[in-house]
Amino acid sequence: MMTVISTVADPETLSLTVVAEFEASPERVWGVWENPRRLERWWGPPSYPATFTRHDFSVGGESRYYMTGPDGGTPHGYWRMFTIDEPNQLEFANGLAGDDGEPQLGVEPMAAHVTFELIDGGTRMTSMSSFVDAAQMKTMLDMGMSEGMTQAVSQIDELL
Amino acid sequence: MVVYQLADREVDRMFRALADPTRRDIFERVIGRGLSVSTLAHDYEMSFAAVQKHVSVLERAALVTKERHGREQIVHGNVSTLRRATELLKAFEEIWIGRATRIAEILGEKGSE
Repeated sequence: MMTVISTVADPETLSLTVVAEFEASPERVWGVWENPRRLERWWGPPSYPATFTRHDFSVGGESRYYMTGPDGGTPHGYWRMFTIDEPNQLEFANGLAGDDGEPQLGVEPMAAHVTFELIDGGTRMTSMSSFVDAAQMKTMLDMGMSEGMTQAVSQIDELL
Repeated sequence: MVVYQLADREVDRMFRALADPTRRDIFERVIGRGLSVSTLAHDYEMSFAAVQKHVSVLERAALVTKERHGREQIVHGNVSTLRRATELLKAFEEIWIGRATRIAEILGEKGSE
């Protein structure tokens, strides 16, 4: 059982907050972030599964991953961990990497802050994403992270 | 491709324009109904010129358009520009809803304790 409690998109601060509740302890929810084999089962959508080749889940640690698209393309990304406070919160930067898997210089990563709160019968997970500018948002979207990406991106392209 | 890059810059201008509370306020007030620059200036504790400057920033970001009515300049909100920004954020919202749904599936599996 999962309930998305709320989503708040703020175009003024370029941030997005998504609150979801799970019928599982914070420790178990933390586990789907910490364990790379579990993480790669949900980070990318089924059409764009993620493979984490490195996942150093500690303060200052980094991750490397790539996604496999339906066209065989494998865009690379990375994480850089700033806060690892098990099982309460984590903060990390999520950026684009080059074909060598290493962070691409000149492309600002987006910031993510995720908190886990014990609630009656489960965990409330709040994920806050902050973006630098619209170009960065578009670049991250083009990486193909979106569920039903083709639809979402074509809608955006129409609007732009 | 070049078209998209230009479009992205346009959206950036909009985000910067909305980062200011006065401009945000002006923008919100001129959605749906046009207001003259002098009417707007009347409601802020700043000079007419300062308000006019804020309106110009909004205009460059395509968030408002100005229309001359006799001696008055009427400011109109442009909602479609704001829609673009909202659409970008909406795409990320979909991503996170998808992620939360998949996390719940993993947590719900037998033997995942």
